[in-house]
Amino acid sequence: MDKQEKELVLTSQDFEPASEEEKAYMVKMRPQTTAFQDGMRRLRKNKVAMVSFWVIMLITLSAILIPFFWPYKYETMLGMTPGKPVDASFQNLTPFQYSTSEIARQESGEKIVPHIFGTDSSGRDYFIRVIYGTRISLIVGFFASMIVLVIGLFIGSLSGYAGGKVDMVIMRIVDIIYSLPDMLMVILLATVLKQVIGDSLEGTMLAKIGSNIISLFIVFALLYWVSMARLIRGQILSLREQEYVLAAQAAGAKGSWVIKKHLIPNCISVIVISTALQIPNAIFTESFLSFLGLGVNAPMPSLGSLASDALNGITSYPYRLVIPAIVISLIVLSLNLFGDGLRDAFDPKLNG
Amino acid sequence: MNPKTLKYILKRIVLAVFTVWVVITVTFFIMHAVPGGPFTSEKAVSPAVQKAMEAKYGLDKPLMTQYVSYLTDVVQFKFGPSLKQRGRMVIDIIGDGMKTSIKLGLISAFLALAIGVVLGAFAALFRNSLPDRIIMVMTTAFVSMPSFIVGSLLLIVFAIKLHALPANGSTAAGLVLPIITLMLYPMSYITRLTRSSMLDVLLQDYIRTARAKGVPARRIIFVHALKNALIPVITYFGPMLAYIVTGSLVVEQIFAVPGIGRAFVSSITNRDYTMIMGTTIVLASLIVIMNLVSDIMYKVVDPRITLE
Repeated sequence: MDKQEKELVLTSQDFEPASEEEKAYMVKMRPQTTAFQDGMRRLRKNKVAMVSFWVIMLITLSAILIPFFWPYKYETMLGMTPGKPVDASFQNLTPFQYSTSEIARQESGEKIVPHIFGTDSSGRDYFIRVIYGTRISLIVGFFASMIVLVIGLFIGSLSGYAGGKVDMVIMRIVDIIYSLPDMLMVILLATVLKQVIGDSLEGTMLAKIGSNIISLFIVFALLYWVSMARLIRGQILSLREQEYVLAAQAAGAKGSWVIKKHLIPNCISVIVISTALQIPNAIFTESFLSFLGLGVNAPMPSLGSLASDALNGITSYPYRLVIPAIVISLIVLSLNLFGDGLRDAFDPKLNG
Repeated sequence: MNPKTLKYILKRIVLAVFTVWVVITVTFFIMHAVPGGPFTSEKAVSPAVQKAMEAKYGLDKPLMTQYVSYLTDVVQFKFGPSLKQRGRMVIDIIGDGMKTSIKLGLISAFLALAIGVVLGAFAALFRNSLPDRIIMVMTTAFVSMPSFIVGSLLLIVFAIKLHALPANGSTAAGLVLPIITLMLYPMSYITRLTRSSMLDVLLQDYIRTARAKGVPARRIIFVHALKNALIPVITYFGPMLAYIVTGSLVVEQIFAVPGIGRAFVSSITNRDYTMIMGTTIVLASLIVIMNLVSDIMYKVVDPRITLE
């Protein structure tokens, strides 16, 4: 005690205003960065992730925009006008080849948009079908992940907050769904749902989307939310126990402050990342189901159905398989790499 | 074995049994939700014949009675006759298909494991070298390609363009391409898993101790490091089997392999309901059991691990 008292010696100098030099010392040299800005900076430095991001943007934008101005439609069978004989020269064109009538029109001075990827056996422009298929696959991937996110978020946070018996019951259900072989269940549900809901959709808005895609969404809603729910529950449980939450509380922070400043920002990165990684998963599942004939309804194309249709003519037209195959792999690969980049940038702890 | 491990194993067995029961129940009720029942697609059937067929398959009884009798049948592996392949029992079709599929699956799994571990350990030891980079790029690409695309591309290149291997998978030589197709994904996954766990292990204190004691590098790699780095690979056994089972649906279709996968896919297209139910239950149980075994192995090999 004596020692401390002795050391506390105040002179009149201590009460003088700070000099300019001392003031400059306290000035912030750099604007304060939020966790989000920090993550974005790390993400921008990650070349692989940025390239993947631009690949995804390019594919998405072309899938959205090209159908607006492209002269061909995905379902139009060229050369088949009602009441006229079928012009078979439109069928099975190789890339950049023209049909007989198109060559005649070109000779009369008309400009005709080339069939970049040729046409299929029904005379449909293959380029626009690939673009449309990409659109469908992206839509399926996006909405399926959103469904998973909403259900997982709701049940996961319910389970985490409620705790006790509610938590236990939910987690047992999650355990069981988690150990179900998902693909087999997906096939089973898709086979049956197609018939169960097919008739009741007739005439509604949903009919256009097709019973198969709806059943795919139902399957995702039923089965795939479990890992998301588990993740969110775990996050909520563990974040509550973190030292910085305790520190904030000790410093007198209110509950709302803790939730707003600590829990939500820390949860969100995990949620966004696992949703991003869910999209390729959904695209994979859709293409798998399409391959088994349980995917989108004809004549609507998806990348999976295009690839599986191409198997019939694989000897003569291998490029019809290769093109959708490349697009699928590119989408899945770049989404995976971008998701990994997001994870590394925003949540280094997750990288296990 | 300590009581905690034992309790965990018991818990997992109960969960596995329960899961199989859920699969059986879900399959049963889903199949009965199909409008009109299984015989609607059969053409030109008079109401009397329809009635007689329903009576023969017990479809005229109340749902719960059907469920109970179905449950007792399934436990004895009685899946009834196939609805589309006249005179054949579902269990016989499954048995026939399994002979080929198990061969295909086991060879693929074994190769995936062997090549994956070697590549992964190699990549970890020569971290950031050119071979490591090549291995990582290749495995990333393989993980992003759906199996039906890998299979079809291999078919185009090796069977159609080069004529190096047969496209039909009913002969021994014809199984080469299906095996490669099935193997690539799990192999890439195991490579990445082994690499990251090997990198982790190489930084551990006991490796440094071994090095300080003057243990030869070869012994450190094979005895000290690799043995421990392989523990996480065990957890992948279950998912790997699940992948191979679903992958075989596609692969057997592409290469016309006469296995259970192709039988299952054609039963989906024909709406052969008893066949769909039987195959789903058998394959699902297989996956659940394999998951159980790999989880228990993991726990027994490394008792420090708490799986929750």
